[in-house]
This record gives sequence, C-alpha cells and structure tokens, in this order.
Amino acid sequence: MKRIDLEFDLVVIGGGTGGPMAAVKAKEKNPKLRVLLVDKANVKRSGAISMGMDGLNNAVIPGHATPEQYVKEITIANDGIVDQEAVMAYAANSFDMINQLDQWGVKFEKDETGDYAVRKVHHLGSYVLPMPEGHHMKKILYRQLKKARVEVTNRVVVTRVLTGADGEVVAVMGFDCRTADTYVIRTKAAVLCTGAAGRIGLPASGYLMGTYENPTNCGDGHAMAYHAGADLANLECFQINPLIKDYNGPACAYVTGPFGGFTANSKGERFIECDYWSGQMMMEFYNELEGGNGPVFLKLDHLAEETIQEIETILHTNERPSRGRFHENRGNDYRKQMVEMHISEIGFCSGHSASGIHTNAMGETSVPGLYAAGDCASVPHNYMLGAFVYGRLCGENAAAYCAGHGQGVVDAGDVAAEERRILAPLGRTDGLTPYQIEYKTRRLVNDYLQPPKITRKYEIALRRFDEIREDAESMFAANPHELMRAMEAHSILDCAEMAARASMFRTESRWGLYHYFLDHPERDDENWFCHSLLSKSAEGRMQMRKKAIEPYIVPIDEEERSAYQRLRVAHNAEAA
Amino acid sequence: MTIATTQTQVPVNVDNDKCIAEKGCTVCVDVCPLDVLAIDMLTKKAFMKFDECWYCLPCETDCPTGAVSVSIPYLLR
Repeated sequence: MKRIDLEFDLVVIGGGTGGPMAAVKAKEKNPKLRVLLVDKANVKRSGAISMGMDGLNNAVIPGHATPEQYVKEITIANDGIVDQEAVMAYAANSFDMINQLDQWGVKFEKDETGDYAVRKVHHLGSYVLPMPEGHHMKKILYRQLKKARVEVTNRVVVTRVLTGADGEVVAVMGFDCRTADTYVIRTKAAVLCTGAAGRIGLPASGYLMGTYENPTNCGDGHAMAYHAGADLANLECFQINPLIKDYNGPACAYVTGPFGGFTANSKGERFIECDYWSGQMMMEFYNELEGGNGPVFLKLDHLAEETIQEIETILHTNERPSRGRFHENRGNDYRKQMVEMHISEIGFCSGHSASGIHTNAMGETSVPGLYAAGDCASVPHNYMLGAFVYGRLCGENAAAYCAGHGQGVVDAGDVAAEERRILAPLGRTDGLTPYQIEYKTRRLVNDYLQPPKITRKYEIALRRFDEIREDAESMFAANPHELMRAMEAHSILDCAEMAARASMFRTESRWGLYHYFLDHPERDDENWFCHSLLSKSAEGRMQMRKKAIEPYIVPIDEEERSAYQRLRVAHNAEAA
Repeated sequence: MTIATTQTQVPVNVDNDKCIAEKGCTVCVDVCPLDVLAIDMLTKKAFMKFDECWYCLPCETDCPTGAVSVSIPYLLR
C-alpha cells in the first residue's frame, strides 16, 4: 500500500454515461486541460449502460415534440416541483446531442425517409426513440475518450471531495480496490457522475447485488456531495420502479408499449392508461399489486409472433440481456404467459424520478468547482440522454471554471483524516464484515422507509441507523475488495439517513407512491409547493430547508396540471 | 470473535479447458463492473471470487474463447 499524489485541472468521477461525455466535452472546449476520468470499475463496461441501452426515453426532436412541450410534460409528471430552466437546458440541447451520437455511430431507428422513428409512450407528447443496436454504446464512448486523449484511471474508488478555505473544490481522494493504494488528486474542479443510489433498499430476493440499478451505483456521489457541503434536492421523492419480479430489472413497458404490450392485472386487464413512469403511475401499480386484482403482469401474449420476436431481440440483447435466460429458466414465454411484475426497492435516481445532488441549468452544485450530471444530479427524468446532455454542460462549464481559477490549497489534516478513515477497516483483524453492515442497513430501509411512509417507523429507523453507524466503526476488511464494500457501506448508511430525514421534513404527500406519507396523506400546495434541500450543518449533522420553486418559463394551465392524476383506466374507476 | 465462511454456489462459471488466462488474458476480470472475478494463482484460470453478481454479462460477452457462462443467481432464479 502506498500513497499516490496526482494533479489535474478537472477530475470526472464515474465513467458510465455522463462521465465520459463530460470528460470529452471538457477536452474539446480546451484541449490543453488536464482531465482525469476515474472509475471504480472499468470505463469499458461501467455504469448503468454497461451492456448498452435499447432506446432514448426522452428525445426532443423537431417535428415530434418541442422543448416547451417537454418541459410541460416533465413539470406535470413531477407535480410541479421542478426547476424549469434546468429541464429546458436539457430539452433545448437534446436534439444536438442525438445528432452528435448519430455522428459518433450510434444507430437510431429511422423511417424510410431517414428521419428518426419516434414512438409515443408519455401521456402527452412523443419522445421515445429506439436504438436497435444500442449494445454498442460503451464502445462508441470509449473510442471518443481515446480520441480526445482523456486520461483514464480504472478501479479507483473515490471517497471524498476535499474543499478549501472558501468551500471550493481542491482535491479528491480515494483508493485502488485491488491494491488499497490511496490517491490524493489535487484538482480545480470535479464532476460527479456516480449514478443512482441503487443500494439503499434490499431487493425482495435478499440477494445483495440483485438490485434494479447497477450495484456499483450505491450512492457514493450523494454521500461525497453531502460531506463536501453541497445541497441535495427532493430526496424524499424516492425512485421506485416497476420491474420483472425477482429478476428485478425493467420489463420493459417503454419498449413493448409501442408494439401493443401493456401492464395488466391478474385478469389480464389494462388498469393504467399510460406506462410512462411517474409517482402517480407507481401508486396505481402499487394499489393493483396489493389489492384483490394483483399481482401485476406485463401482457404480450396477445401479440403476433413476428412482433414478439422483435421485442425479444431488443429486450434480450440490450441493457439487461440476461432477461432472456431468466425467462427461459422459469419457462416464461411471452407468447404463452404474462410476465409477473413487482415494484423495486427504493433508491435515489433522477434518471427516473427527481431527487439528487442539487444542480442548476449549468450543472453546477452549490459547491464552487463541483458539478454533477446524470442519475446522481437533481434534474428530473433525465434518463440516458439527459446524462449525456448534462455531461456535456458540466464538462464545458467546468472547463470554463478551470480557466478562471488556480489550484487551491489542500489541508494536510483533511488528507490525513481521510486516509485514516479509508484504511481503518484494513487495520483491524476482526469485527463486523461489510456484508453484515450493508445487509442490516438495507433490510431496515425496507422495513421502515419503504412507502407508505409513517413517522413512527421513520423515527425507529433513524435510531437503528445510529446504532449501525457505531457498529460500522468496528468494520473490518480482509482485502482491498472488501475495503471497497466497507466504504460503500458508509455511503449506503449516509443515503439511508438522508432518505429518512428528507421524507420526515416534507409533511405532505406528493409524487404518488414516491412520497406517500400516511400521517399527511394530502398534497399541500400552500406549504409545500417548494423544493426541499438537505445539507450538512456546521455541527456535521443533516439539516433541511425549503427552496422556492424557480419562476416557470413555460406556464402550465389547469387542465394540463392534472393530466398525470388521471391515469387509471376509466371503466375500472367506475367499477370501484 | 471468529469469522466464518459461508459456502455458496456462484453464478459465473469458467470452463478451464477454454480459458486462456495462463496466456495473459484478463478480459473477464477487467470488464466486470463489480470486480468479482480473479485469476487463480495456482490453476492460472479465471474464477468468481466474490458472490456479488449483477448478471450483467460483459464477462461472458467479451470472453474471446467463450469460456465464461453466467447463470441467474439461485436466489433470484
């Protein structure tokens, strides 16, 4: 074990989706900039799109949708709690990014005239663009990293962003998960692209890594941002997704919807009008699942053979290709049976919902020199294309920031303290294993934090998390790999506490199932039409405050406002 | 306190006859997002060292000799 000291202008943390884009765009903006991309896995196959993606869920393409329409749609789907300027920055840059990806060799579905073949899945507009050969995505990104001469360091787990006297970014620290060498990387700016916090809750299977999200995405970035002093927004708006039961991956209604597939109850009946994910849609799903019409299924068995073959080709070669062998083991055949679905464990993921490290329309966090893009940042419903667009914005804006700032002064005491924290579990010869700490945290998250939310349950959870924090001080790691799991367990605990504190702060119910608070079952626009921000107090504790919603740039009329509240199929509502 | 080891059947299987790790190949080890594969120092073959699989398949897809096969972990199957 040794200590490695490096110096760069810009460090991008996480090489999945937004990270490579941020690094490439920063280099394009200023080829002399010293840019390092760090990944705890290998950028060739890291992140949520490790095996590619089957399509764009939120393409804003002229002729099919306008940026204004999109901003409206996302505002309504999020019950009004959005920074429209940040959503607009995505929407306005979406088409350029699609063309950029097209030039790089990403194959989008096009019609006979060569136009993008956009499909309708959302409630109001059309935004879904299939990528039949989307499994090449990581290769295409890797080629661009090489071309732009971005330096890459794999298998280094970044654990903290260090700040200077004015609270600005001065360095990042971490360790190699194979050698336990520690890294101190001085830098003017950093971009967090660490993905969702996907290991807060425990999958129903009990298999720790059988999560909806790529399990490397465990909330490291959320924890790092918190400890660096950044604000995190609307964390009580959990991510909960519909998925294939036990397999715990997407089923996936976005792909199958345009082909005629739909979410059905046990009678094979449609019960929601629109499969686009929103908190209200998840509430309807949950009600059907728990009610007498459950369980819930994905219904494809009414479709023609050639349609099913096309669906199989997409679903079993992209994103989560092991879906095919899961179905085969179970004897599931889309032609003969409906596929049993369930809801996921909770997480933070702005890709699908709306919570994360608070960022504005420039990708800036509240810490000078710190940027965030993709699933870890707070811009709602960003999906893969949003990670690319905000990766670009963060890369370009961070490059501009670097031009106006010198290297900051790194406090030697901060470095020594973080080095001690990282190496502590390796110094012990016995104690609790990272597995035990993580399992217990996540099991308690399921027991107490899974919606519907109840104050008394949350109070118990917070007490139990405190106990685990004490226990975690005796965590031991037998090797650098286990050390990675030990440091992740700390991030997971931080995220679990953040999920609890943010939820208890917002004393209303909003976003359907995501924040269904039984003690406060009604939506309360008078008091809670605002963001909630979580940050670290001077005493080192989690503190909450309200932030006013930024003035709308795209007005929403009364009729549109309630569009996502009317998701249940009408005849069912009458029967009930 | 002592530390126990719990036996478990792992989801990633390597066909030692096909694996060419002894020739310096580390593709499956390199691409695994969770870093759960390793080369056995004695047999010089790849194996799953930690049962922490996301059944995501880069190891199987990228293996140049088709030596790696991934099954769904038993708890989910």
